[in-house]
Amino acid sequence: MTNFNFLKYKNFFLFFSTFLVLASIILVFTKGLDFGVDFKGGTTIEIRLEKKIEIEKIRNSLSKFKINNYSVKEFGTVNDFLISTDNSVSPNDIKNFIEKDLKEKIIIRKVETVGPKVGSELIKSAIYSVLLCFVAMFLYLWFRFEWQFSFGGIVALFHDTIITVGVFSLLGLQFDLTIVAALLTIIGYSINDTVIIYDRIRENLKKDSSSELSILVNESLNNTLSRTLKTSGTTLLSIIAVLIFGGEVLRGFAFAITFGIIIGTYSSIYIASPIVMFFKVKRDWSVKIDNTP
Amino acid sequence: MLNFSRLKIGFIISSIIFFLYIFLGNFNFLNKTNLFLDKKINLGLDLQGGSYLLLEIDINPLIVKKLDEKSSDLKKNFIEKKINFKNLNILDNKITFELKDPTQKDNVINVINDSSNKGTFFRVKKNIENTSKDFFYRIEKDIFILQFTDEYIKHLKKDAINQSVEIVRKRVDQLGTKEPAIQQKGESRILVELPGLADPSTFKNILGKTAQLNFKFLKTSNTSGDNLGFEKIKNKSDNSFIEVEKKLIVSGENLTDAQPGFDRQTNQSIVSFKFDSVGAKKFANATKDNVGRPLAIILDNEIISSPVIREPILTGSGQISGGFTVEEANQLAILLRAGALPAPMKIIEERTVGADLGKDSIRYGIISFIAGFMLVFVYIVYAYKLFGLFANISLLLNIVILISVLSLFGSTLTLPGIAGIVLTVGMAIDTNVIIYERAREELKIEKSNIIAFDIAYRKSLLTIIDSNLTTLIAGIILFYLGSGPVKGFAITLCVGLITSFFTAFTISRLMVSKYLMVNKDKIISI
Repeated sequence: MTNFNFLKYKNFFLFFSTFLVLASIILVFTKGLDFGVDFKGGTTIEIRLEKKIEIEKIRNSLSKFKINNYSVKEFGTVNDFLISTDNSVSPNDIKNFIEKDLKEKIIIRKVETVGPKVGSELIKSAIYSVLLCFVAMFLYLWFRFEWQFSFGGIVALFHDTIITVGVFSLLGLQFDLTIVAALLTIIGYSINDTVIIYDRIRENLKKDSSSELSILVNESLNNTLSRTLKTSGTTLLSIIAVLIFGGEVLRGFAFAITFGIIIGTYSSIYIASPIVMFFKVKRDWSVKIDNTP
Repeated sequence: MLNFSRLKIGFIISSIIFFLYIFLGNFNFLNKTNLFLDKKINLGLDLQGGSYLLLEIDINPLIVKKLDEKSSDLKKNFIEKKINFKNLNILDNKITFELKDPTQKDNVINVINDSSNKGTFFRVKKNIENTSKDFFYRIEKDIFILQFTDEYIKHLKKDAINQSVEIVRKRVDQLGTKEPAIQQKGESRILVELPGLADPSTFKNILGKTAQLNFKFLKTSNTSGDNLGFEKIKNKSDNSFIEVEKKLIVSGENLTDAQPGFDRQTNQSIVSFKFDSVGAKKFANATKDNVGRPLAIILDNEIISSPVIREPILTGSGQISGGFTVEEANQLAILLRAGALPAPMKIIEERTVGADLGKDSIRYGIISFIAGFMLVFVYIVYAYKLFGLFANISLLLNIVILISVLSLFGSTLTLPGIAGIVLTVGMAIDTNVIIYERAREELKIEKSNIIAFDIAYRKSLLTIIDSNLTTLIAGIILFYLGSGPVKGFAITLCVGLITSFFTAFTISRLMVSKYLMVNKDKIISI
């Protein structure tokens, strides 16, 4: 069994995490997020050309075509491009125009059009479901543990979610429905490590009512370290496979989960556990509690 | 926790055989032998290619139309009862009017009440609940204000959406595509899924049209006897506005058939149509008395053609020539055959994936699954040696069971769904990791292998339930949030967690127990 002194630098990590959370919030409010069509409405068209072509040529061609608010970016392989625009022109017209203008054959691989009303509905339901997930996790932890634990767990979850969203803002990655799906998965999964550690803290608290709390927490972290790293590690291995081989469509999604699992494991050790210590969980466990194993 | 009765072992083995049997049914080459059930996972639109269209009905024009009908009926009744009224208007979904002679107030209330109770102005359809009142009135400063009740509007909406689903279905059927799925979503939306369709522009054209066809007379010097006034309607050919009688001769509701055709004399595409007996009679009566007058054939508030009546049309059939292209004539015929939507509809969401991207996605999905599985497999064997192999066998069977459960439900597999399966691989192994880690600890204290593992299984149970349950809760919330692809992810994630719990506590536990029984006293390496 390992014997690290996890709590030695806890103040540093608490400061570090607070910094990351604040930086993420500031980033989201200043730089913002690159919302996909799911949330902001509009049309995206994924096209593939048979030959390699420079992106400038497509931009030039689109500027001749009378559409407003368009943007083009490379997508995956060099022959694939993603055109984003509003809903005023039909994808087929755009395709036909570029084909004629560049004298190149174009295949439309994907079209997504979302009306403004649907977009705002999707934003609303995404926010609701993330909040609902937080509430569900809080209630679950509250039911299983004392309030100090559920508070620590939920703070760690906020921490994970906010920083993941912050990274999407920092890197300018597209934020769409699949990313919200990834966030919910992270919330549901990263609480696991926390639960495993909490379980052990409580078990050790019962065994030993005299040692200092910080020693017990540190011991519990060491007890569970191998397990925490392995469970997160296997999940990480599988999602990294998706990140590398899953193609362009799944990239953002797999990235969010990968990042979320790493930050979630970190926060179970350095956020969730110190908070329990800070709030001084009760030490007298002589009265047996029903919902303990 | 390590004892298995023969009955339990029998149950575990037969369930594995059952799931394997279902699983194999998913492979085409095996299914041809007819030995397997025809239960397969459906591929989502993002994997097989196809189009997803979400339509929304706009009920307001229908309400205005009903108010219009109502106000003309009121007018008629007032004239019959010699009630003098003024300023009859429709504004903000309300009918307002004033009386020239306030003493007639009671008379007016009688007319309104009569019509409300008997429902003479417009009948509520039989299949929906008949409310006592369709509309209510109030009087403000001598101005009568008539409004539909909320209940009536609700019925109107419900009726309109039901009718629209039917008409959308007819139109899609007429266009012909394999296995379309059409379903109502919420109060005012219709979801149309068209698998395998790469270019939905024809469908979008056809589904977005209301296709209300009306025959009226153009305004001429000699108007019809029971004239209701005139309205200005846009002329399609030159975009000018032309005055047309408000009175309806006959509408598309009375059509029984419409076919595209070609007029050799004029070299034009045409649509020929046939009325039912009621329509034919109306058309015959109107044309008999109005030879020489021009008709207005109005489609969705646009005059598409204005032929002059040369002779009475008694057969109930005719043709429309509106300078159509062949394509337009085809589409119009389809629209007329399928019938008009009760209210206009708009496409508010479209997602189309080409078959070629779908194939790529399937390939990427399979590659990431194999890669993810291999990585986990190697790591677990490295970490737990022989016990790791047990865990891996159980993991593989977990995937088999997951896929067969999805086939039994007839679930739809999407690309995020495949990602969910890969993620399940990494999460499902957690169950065994938790047990083995615990066993390692117990083996340090406990001499007997069997007792150590027994404690490990027992003590891990709650932790495992904990860790699966939180992810499951998130998965269920996700299921209600998402549509299409995201929903597919939620399904595979949730089912995968449940099956992983099952396999860890049956299949791998059985293997571990058999191994321990044989190697009771040996020092085991885990």
